[in-house]
Amino acid sequence: MKPCNYNDARRGFLKKSAAIAALYLTPSLLVKAFAIDAVVPTPIAKEKLTITINGKLLNLEIDARTTILNLLREELNFTGTKKGCEMGQCGACTIHINGKRTKSCMQLAISNQNNSITTIEGLTNSEVLHPMQAAFLKHDAFQCGYCTSGQIMSAVACVREGQAKSRDSIKNFMDTNICRCGAYQNIVDAIEEVAKAGTKI
Amino acid sequence: MNQKNTNTIFWEDERVDGADKVTGKAKYTAEHNLPNLAYAVFVTSNIAKGTIKNIDTSKALAMTGVLDVIYYANCPAVPGYNPNAAERPKNVSEWRGHKVLYDNKVRFFGQPIALVVADSFENANAAIRFVKPEYETEAFETNFDKARLNVANLKPPVTYKRGPETVTNVAATVEAEYNIPIEVHNPMELQATIAYWEAEDKLLLYDKTQGPKSTQGLMAKTFGLPDKNVRVIAENVGGAFGSSLRSWSNVPAACIAAKKLNRPVKLVLTRPQMFTLIGYRPQSWQKVNIAANAAGDFLSINHEAISNTSRYEDFREGIVDVSKFLYAAESVNTKYSILPLDLSTPIWMRGPGEATGCFALESAIDELSYKLKMDPIALRIKNFTTINPENKLPFSDNNLKACYEYGMTKIGWKNRPTVPGTLKENGLLIGYGMAVGVFGAGKGTASVRAILSSDGKLVLECAVSDMGPGTSTSMSKIAAEAMQMPITKIKFKLGDSDLPPGPSQGGSGTTSTVGSAVDLACKTLQQKLKDLAIQFAPPFSGATPDTLEVKNEIVSLKTDATKKIEIVALLKLANQDKIDLTINSSGKTPEQLKFTSNSFSAHFVKLAVNPKDGKIKVLQVVTTGDAGKIISPKTAHSQMLGGVVGGLGMALSEKLEIDHTTGQIMNASFGAYHVPLHSQIPNIDAWFVNKPDMNVNDIGAKGIGEIALIGFAGAIANAVYNATGKRVRDLPITPEKLGFKSVKA
Repeated sequence: MKPCNYNDARRGFLKKSAAIAALYLTPSLLVKAFAIDAVVPTPIAKEKLTITINGKLLNLEIDARTTILNLLREELNFTGTKKGCEMGQCGACTIHINGKRTKSCMQLAISNQNNSITTIEGLTNSEVLHPMQAAFLKHDAFQCGYCTSGQIMSAVACVREGQAKSRDSIKNFMDTNICRCGAYQNIVDAIEEVAKAGTKI
Repeated sequence: MNQKNTNTIFWEDERVDGADKVTGKAKYTAEHNLPNLAYAVFVTSNIAKGTIKNIDTSKALAMTGVLDVIYYANCPAVPGYNPNAAERPKNVSEWRGHKVLYDNKVRFFGQPIALVVADSFENANAAIRFVKPEYETEAFETNFDKARLNVANLKPPVTYKRGPETVTNVAATVEAEYNIPIEVHNPMELQATIAYWEAEDKLLLYDKTQGPKSTQGLMAKTFGLPDKNVRVIAENVGGAFGSSLRSWSNVPAACIAAKKLNRPVKLVLTRPQMFTLIGYRPQSWQKVNIAANAAGDFLSINHEAISNTSRYEDFREGIVDVSKFLYAAESVNTKYSILPLDLSTPIWMRGPGEATGCFALESAIDELSYKLKMDPIALRIKNFTTINPENKLPFSDNNLKACYEYGMTKIGWKNRPTVPGTLKENGLLIGYGMAVGVFGAGKGTASVRAILSSDGKLVLECAVSDMGPGTSTSMSKIAAEAMQMPITKIKFKLGDSDLPPGPSQGGSGTTSTVGSAVDLACKTLQQKLKDLAIQFAPPFSGATPDTLEVKNEIVSLKTDATKKIEIVALLKLANQDKIDLTINSSGKTPEQLKFTSNSFSAHFVKLAVNPKDGKIKVLQVVTTGDAGKIISPKTAHSQMLGGVVGGLGMALSEKLEIDHTTGQIMNASFGAYHVPLHSQIPNIDAWFVNKPDMNVNDIGAKGIGEIALIGFAGAIANAVYNATGKRVRDLPITPEKLGFKSVKA
């Protein structure tokens, strides 16, 4: 690297925030400084949402554009549900809505009035792992762990819906969930074991 | 199949961080919700090359919650963005790939040109379409196949030459060209940064990185800060495969916005941006020529390659290197050039250049075997070498023959037809194929801190990160074995640049490098315990350290186990509340440098091709690894499975498509860029030689991550030929390339 003679730039950059911070604390001034075009939707009203998340009834005020995924991750700190594509293509955000597996990035929160949501955090209430979580751990059915919440939520649905009759039927059901680390074989092992155990999950 | 480790006394088989990952508790970069967090979203260029004349930000700025739109005209001058730096800097730290929002040039389609920052993700996202750039466009080139034909477009080649110009007694020759398209890492976690200026000159970063220390160093340089004023946290990394080996534009962009707005800023890339902003495996063309005598000895190997880079940075990788040393050949010529295109810069992707090179080399050897009428494994054994022919050093270990033996038996190699296209099962054409992978086994420097506290718990610390292989698990196991104590009392801390310096996680080097440091730290700790025992514990007075041993949390006399003291009691006796030490582990010793060290793999495939439509179904995979001692059998096994899955994508489906009339990527989503899914995965048997290689490091372990994938695509191509008699040299291998027009999914 060339010798950096940017002491002025450095001081200038590091001081930057002090000089302009005040401006940004008053965004309304900025708004007035520019002509508001008719096409710009402003302001955005908050909507009321009543929703049950992991057994807890919540009354929320939310941005109508918020997906369940972003509501969970950004507002409610349920970060166990993962964002992988926001296009319904990867399955990392899979949750259960009224017991049915759903890609939460494809659901506006506001369209889920009075619905009941279960996320990976709510799969079990006890300190003991849910049988599917335990099976994933035992079979090393993940590496980086990022797709894992979605895989487990789909896997639970797979068994509950009677789709775990054979390895092939498990694979077909689970094609909704991508694992880029390639833990697929171990995931199927885990689901197969839980299905064969026959306990209600 | 899981291979049982003999030493299972001190640990359970599961990942030490596994419970956090199956319960959703493990926190990834974007999940640290700091107070007063602002949300940033990139606005990207929709031209491939040109100059931005103006950006109209007024409408976006007027929208609810929008705090700022940062672009070249209002971006504070970043101290490290040297405007006088060469357009193609040589120093990695000056790479332009992370420079952002600093000039009005567009260098590739999808380049960040502005950053919208708002008080919520929804408000930021809504505003990006109201940011209106005006461009002056320039002619560009994104077409590799066309541009590589003109030598003037290429950077000067790097060449290698050994042996005589001409060879005699040639009985068979193969010469063929191989093409691999751009492939994209696509880890499941989106690239993300949260930047927070804790003080005017103190930066805290949550960043998705394979190297907390590397990100720390680069951002310190970028913002003119001492390293210690930048802290980078990457506790969990949701896959990366090479894409997070360097800091990309998202890191400084978040830092700039956080500084300008004086509040923490989160910037998460979208999935389409993951295709353009964090690197990819470059497109490549290769030509391989192998000449052999009638006995099958390779007389010469010529390997030529071109791969693409960006217009603003040089990126090279080891595409032709494998041909120099994997097999005995007296005469070897290689030539490698790079081709700048108006695309973003590539980066190492799992298996990097070696995966590209092995596809060509291992395909060519397979072709040669048919010409020589030799079994392809016999041909490889014929050219097997224990001496690296490139540097003339002996391999520290090379157990490929054991891999061949296991793989041949398990895949049923004896059923392989010697005449291609002649074996059918249930109306499908059946083929068997195999190929070899190889990757360097390095050992670098690392520091590890060990803290043994008065309750007998051991904490080890190193600033490495874990993108998925299970580093904290394998490091804890190395410590458990070195200390001969239960893993439940050991905690390995990683993913924080404030910890003692460690390497970036890449190049299959973590276990060797950090593992050696952990081993050394534990041995040093044992030495301290022995010294304390001799000094303070009566049974050992007058003893010498070499007569003592530390085992089962007890210091005892080797010859008389009744003379002993528990570690906890010893610390109490010595009036120490803890032992706290930091060691520095060096690279290879002069003794280790007398060898050339590699990990090896051999992959075996049985597949079926439907003669009606050309659909390929992989029926069975046997993958074998020679990587020294396997530290953590379960996680190592998973890594091998992952390599196969990645290799299946490389071989059969992955290809980035570019519209060369606009320079735009046409399939930047999981819906259009096809990575392997559950239903495409056959039964995979992963096996290791599991023989410690004590010539590489003190723990006898070598890396697995790369060899798990390197060579796999070749095994598929060779099996497809065996099934059909059709040699496909262009990846991915699709039914169209087997002569079928199109197949409905």
